[in-house]
Amino acid sequence: MGDWMTVTDPGLSSESKTLSPYTSETKMSPSSLYSQQVLCSSIPLSKNMHSYFSAFCTEENIEQSISYLDQELTTFGFPSLYEESKGKETKRELNIVAVLNCMNELLVLQRKNLLAQENVETQNLKLGSDMDHLQNCYAKLKEQLETSRREMIGLQERDRQLQCKNRNLHQLLKTEKDEVQKLQNIIASRATQYNHDMKRKEREYNKLKERLHQLVMNKKDKKIAMEVLNYVGRADGKRGSWRTGKTEARNEDEMYKILLNDYEYRQKQILMENAELKKVLQQMKKEMISLLSPQKQKPRERADDSTGTVISDVEEDAGELSRESIWDLSCETVREQLTNSIRKQWRILKSHVEKLDNQVSKVHLEGFNDEDVISRQDHEQETEKLELEIQHCKEMIKTQQQLLQQQLATACDDDTTSLLRDCYLLEEKERLKEEWSLFKEQKKNFEKERRSFTEAAIRLGLERKAFEEERASWLKQQFLNMTTFDHQNSENVKLFSAFSGSSDWDTPSLPSRPRQKKPHGVPSGSPVCTSKLTKSLPASPSTSDFCQTRSCASEHSSINVLNITPEETKPNQVGRGCTNQKWSMSSRPGSQEGCYSGCSSAYTNSHVEKDDLP
Amino acid sequence: MNFSEVFKLSSLLCKFSPDGKYLASCVQYRLVVRDANTLQILQLYTCLDQIQHLEWSADSLFILCALYKRGLVQVWSLEQPEWHCKIDEGSAGLVASCWSPDGRHILNTTEFHLRITVWSLCTKSVSYIKYPKACQQGITFTRDGRYLALAERRDCRDYVSIFVCSDWQLLRHFDTDTQDLAGIEWAPNGCVLAAWDSCLEYKVLLYSLDGRLLSAFCAYEWSLGIKSVAWSPSSQFLAIGSYDGKVRILNHVTWKMITEFGHPATVNNPKIVVYKEAEKSPPLGHLAFPPPRAAAGPMTSSESKYEIASMPVSLQTLKPAADRANPRIGIGALAFSPDNYFLATRNDSVPNAVWIWDIRKLRPLAVLEQLCTVRAFQWGPQQPRLAICTGGSKVYLWSPAGCVSVQVPGEGDFQVLSLCWHPSGDSLALLSKDHFCLCFLEMEEGVHTAFGQRGDCT
Repeated sequence: MGDWMTVTDPGLSSESKTLSPYTSETKMSPSSLYSQQVLCSSIPLSKNMHSYFSAFCTEENIEQSISYLDQELTTFGFPSLYEESKGKETKRELNIVAVLNCMNELLVLQRKNLLAQENVETQNLKLGSDMDHLQNCYAKLKEQLETSRREMIGLQERDRQLQCKNRNLHQLLKTEKDEVQKLQNIIASRATQYNHDMKRKEREYNKLKERLHQLVMNKKDKKIAMEVLNYVGRADGKRGSWRTGKTEARNEDEMYKILLNDYEYRQKQILMENAELKKVLQQMKKEMISLLSPQKQKPRERADDSTGTVISDVEEDAGELSRESIWDLSCETVREQLTNSIRKQWRILKSHVEKLDNQVSKVHLEGFNDEDVISRQDHEQETEKLELEIQHCKEMIKTQQQLLQQQLATACDDDTTSLLRDCYLLEEKERLKEEWSLFKEQKKNFEKERRSFTEAAIRLGLERKAFEEERASWLKQQFLNMTTFDHQNSENVKLFSAFSGSSDWDTPSLPSRPRQKKPHGVPSGSPVCTSKLTKSLPASPSTSDFCQTRSCASEHSSINVLNITPEETKPNQVGRGCTNQKWSMSSRPGSQEGCYSGCSSAYTNSHVEKDDLP
Repeated sequence: MNFSEVFKLSSLLCKFSPDGKYLASCVQYRLVVRDANTLQILQLYTCLDQIQHLEWSADSLFILCALYKRGLVQVWSLEQPEWHCKIDEGSAGLVASCWSPDGRHILNTTEFHLRITVWSLCTKSVSYIKYPKACQQGITFTRDGRYLALAERRDCRDYVSIFVCSDWQLLRHFDTDTQDLAGIEWAPNGCVLAAWDSCLEYKVLLYSLDGRLLSAFCAYEWSLGIKSVAWSPSSQFLAIGSYDGKVRILNHVTWKMITEFGHPATVNNPKIVVYKEAEKSPPLGHLAFPPPRAAAGPMTSSESKYEIASMPVSLQTLKPAADRANPRIGIGALAFSPDNYFLATRNDSVPNAVWIWDIRKLRPLAVLEQLCTVRAFQWGPQQPRLAICTGGSKVYLWSPAGCVSVQVPGEGDFQVLSLCWHPSGDSLALLSKDHFCLCFLEMEEGVHTAFGQRGDCT
């Protein structure tokens, strides 16, 4: 799909085709339309030519024919068929040499035209396939777009539904909350009511109870009694004591004694627990100190000030604590000291552990160095192995390169170059996609045009006009982006040279180059033609000025197109013209070949017209 | 494991004396006292009517038999069989009777909870306590027998009175901040009194012996509250079982909740061992197939065995009837092992399962799923072994070493409805509707070793 830029532009040629009738018509008599066709008709159609010749030139009008041909040829920049006139009056004589030269030149031109036509046809085909591909891509993408849009719509719908649901749920939640609140209120009111009722009932019950009590107890019920054989002694053997204030006080005392005992017991337990915990702490501290003391040298060596000072503190603390042995004291100062020192040590330990972690990770990172230090032999062996591997890889690369070059050498004709270009251009896909939006618009128009073509050829002109306008704008943008193409184009050429590191590449690469430069060569072969076209072109069509010439040429052609009326194009657009148009339109971006196509407009034009002949 | 022969019994009244020497049991209006080891009848007393309540005095010298229907209490002496005492509450009626801890006073609650009469066996004196509250657990003595706490209701308010048991003098009297006090219980150390509200409100109040409010705890509101409460023997923990199917454990320092034990119907914790009782098909001849692969502990020839179920286990749950009072949900029973290490609980909505929790680690340890509803469970008084009965002819024992299911031998069906441990923990009285028998644990060597491991550890 991407090779439109390297091949000649049928679009431009078609435009130039329209250009030439315009120019010729100005000078031609209406009756001599045939002659033009004859002039441009191809050699293979010799039979037809005969008939045409007979029609064109008869015994009677030889002179006229010659003069007409002469006129025509001179207008096309050929030398005159007549000998240099010596005098005005004398009848100019036919210069056979000139005629033959002209004929020869015409034949050459014809051949070239044929060649060009062939090229154009193949390019047309390529472009057509590209076009198909692009259309497929377009259709696919469009489908994708459609599906994604549908998906999006679906998702949006779902989102909306969910939101709706969410809102509903929120509403529900709110109502539920309200309900809960209401129910709680109801519960509370019921509870108060229940309590109230209960109290009322209970009061009644109590009254009844009181009454019952009075009834039962006041009767001096004889039945309520205890029959006992003999009273037994108390379990503790003591006698019961009288109830006095003393006993009351004693009871109180006893109660408090019990409570005190309990609290004392609990305190003792707590103290024991505390002592135990302190012991654990002390042990921990000791162990920490013993663990950290061998480490303290290291940090100092590393000039790690903070840890160093802390450790010295710890040492002091440790000395103090061991000296005073204040563990048994449970005052707050000691507690603070202890917790502080423990905290400090813990911090040190933590940092130390972190450091160790870091060291471990470093060791992992510096594994190679360590290896080197530990066993040089191993390291050397490893390097040797690696070197061997590198060599092996290099060899492999070399063989691969050779194979590649061989392949390229064997198939270094037009196809391979185009293939290579294709490959290269495929890389440009990304960029193409970026320009997809622009393309889409064109495509739309294109589709429209296609429809109109099938419907009627008349509407083509108008459509084409619109299209050309669009194309002009598009080309403008395209040209703005084209500079990179050029760079890559030149890089492409350079790539070949890069590949041709070996000497056997240079020769096969040569044939490809003339082909690329061919377009420039042709116009230079016919200086008149170029001069005519380059009238408006400020720069000569050199490779360095590709871009400029291209843009000018396209602008030129677009301007020309604008002047064409549908009537003018109509006779040319019969049968194949339709498809031809299509190709040219689709491959318009291909006009980047620029200079060549612009300059060879005359030839392409004639070729198209030839197709219309039968 | 040996079983004694089966003796007659009525009203599930069978009790070991606190010193462990005797076993008192009632058959209709007769009171039979046996030697706890030989099971020989030592004394036989005849009451005036069917005995409805039986209680040993703390010194094991007297036995109290209450005949509620007649409003009578009869007391018998073991030392002097001819000695007798009859207390008649007359027209006031009688609904409850109990010993005071000194074993010389009897507290009788009259009908309608009009008053509590304290009868002394030493003197002629009679004390009355008015306004006792009719509630689940309104009377509690400290373990040392010094104090009595009594729930009272006056003028629609709840009060607690603390009496000195030696002379029944009122020591403290304070009102509790409860809607409807449901129960009170002393901590085993006798210094803290736990009082809890009725099931309509989740509220636990902790009072010091001198009547100060130490703390109040409320786990949630607007839902059925506390169903059962138990102190750990060390007084260190207070376990509260509630209708939400959870046990909350309070500590004795801050009286805040330490942990919460949920009783999910599906056990998914791989650390929990789930012992599932499985019916064993009756053996054909002597072929034991499938071979018994029961849990730890020896198997006697029983028809069911424990299998260790693989996780996750879903326990059988009961759908509670929401429209009826006293729904079968919540923690209906909980008990600490005597060494404080374990807590056994039963969730009434999962009636077949007993949960055992490790208190040291505060996590579930085991779940025993029985085939039938768990009727009762009781910890052995010396070692942490739990005896469970389900109303079937088997008794189940759990210890940290494992689980055993033991078939009660004898012809006919011996449906174990209740059980009680001998104070030494060596034997177990199994009570059915009409009979009882003793189960001697230490005779079985295997069991001894199985439980001995545990004993060594403690």
